[in-house]
Amino acid sequence: MGRAFLSLLRRDITLAMRRRTDVLTTLFFFVIVVSLFPFGVGSEQQILRQLGPGVVWVAALLASMLALERLFAADYEDGTLEQLLLTRHPLSLLVLAKVTAHWLLTGLPVVLIAPLIGMQYYLPETAIVAMMLALLVGTPVLSLVGAIGAALTLGLRGGGILLSLLILPLYVPVLVYGAGAVTAAFTTPAESQPYFYLLGAFLVLSLILAPLASAAALRISLE
Amino acid sequence: MLQVVDLACRRGDRRLFSALGFALDPGVLLHVRGRNGSGKTTLLRALCGLLLPEQGTIRWRGEDIRTLGDEYHGDLLYFGHLNGIKGDLTGIENLRIAATLDGDRIDTDDLWRALARMGLEGFEDLPTRMLSQGQKKRVALARLVLSSAPLWILDEPFTALDKDAVVLLQTLIANHVDAGGLAILTTHQEVPLTSGRIQRLDLGTGFDTEH
Repeated sequence: MGRAFLSLLRRDITLAMRRRTDVLTTLFFFVIVVSLFPFGVGSEQQILRQLGPGVVWVAALLASMLALERLFAADYEDGTLEQLLLTRHPLSLLVLAKVTAHWLLTGLPVVLIAPLIGMQYYLPETAIVAMMLALLVGTPVLSLVGAIGAALTLGLRGGGILLSLLILPLYVPVLVYGAGAVTAAFTTPAESQPYFYLLGAFLVLSLILAPLASAAALRISLE
Repeated sequence: MLQVVDLACRRGDRRLFSALGFALDPGVLLHVRGRNGSGKTTLLRALCGLLLPEQGTIRWRGEDIRTLGDEYHGDLLYFGHLNGIKGDLTGIENLRIAATLDGDRIDTDDLWRALARMGLEGFEDLPTRMLSQGQKKRVALARLVLSSAPLWILDEPFTALDKDAVVLLQTLIANHVDAGGLAILTTHQEVPLTSGRIQRLDLGTGFDTEH
């Protein structure tokens, strides 16, 4: 079972590495969206500081959405998804492998580039650390919850738009508590702790439920 | 081994077949025939459990495939209209992943041998999108060489293959049936068997619509 998980994870990473533009597009999208705001609202330190946490999170949500549509679509088109449904391994495990690959390719780069973005918004050091941590816990939730939407809208015409309408509202709690964690860390780092607990709870919950829900949705989509 | 009782399937508003029943023992090749749109693919997908039939049950070794779930999938090898290979991966990589997911422990030499058997010597290391239609199909069919699954369900496996490949595939299927396996396939051409039994199933016609 572990071997199947790893081999599928490795396959998705290899595929992404052979089409590097897809990965880079997501990252550049994130960087550009975040960098546009200072141009629009001016470089006033106080304003940027206040906007920073929210802007970074919104951009992270949108960047995560961007690659979501392709999460199952490519496998659906060439028939490999059909084969994934017909293995001896639980489908939810295989879904989890695909979601892990999605996060490693879209979530992790965002986490790693966060300190640079933080500096752009004059965030204090404590807030930057909090932002990295919050993104580290929060972005996997985005990938996991997004997978349900991607599975539900698989094979639909105009599925991309529907996917955003379906999934973005579900991202709201992560946005609220993720941005909250960063803002709370402005003064004392300890104050952001409750936010992290909540984000952690979201992660555990979605780790357990999202693969099962996505697997069920995939079976329906492929009928 | 495989038992189908009172099966009915519907695609949209159209009932494709109903009250379909048959039982297959080990060492049998079931040749599903019928015109375009008569429901051959639908039947095969229902037999795989990819599609919920409107009515009826499918039993594998006496148990409903719905309750067996992944256990049944482990005994099954399905080959559909889509090849199920990744264009950006090489033949070897594609085959290794397919074998790992099928749960077969296979070393690299076996993968190379399987592709060589399919007549793909010299093409193993190329991304499969560079290959011709027939070669892609050969890569996908290499799974049959490695497979230990007792039940093969093959949907139009002969299309796009050249003469040599057709003979090769016929041999593979014949060997599988010979070894006590079960094979179900749709094709518009005959499959000569060296041993084993051939059963034929003609799906009700009367529909002229094509997809």
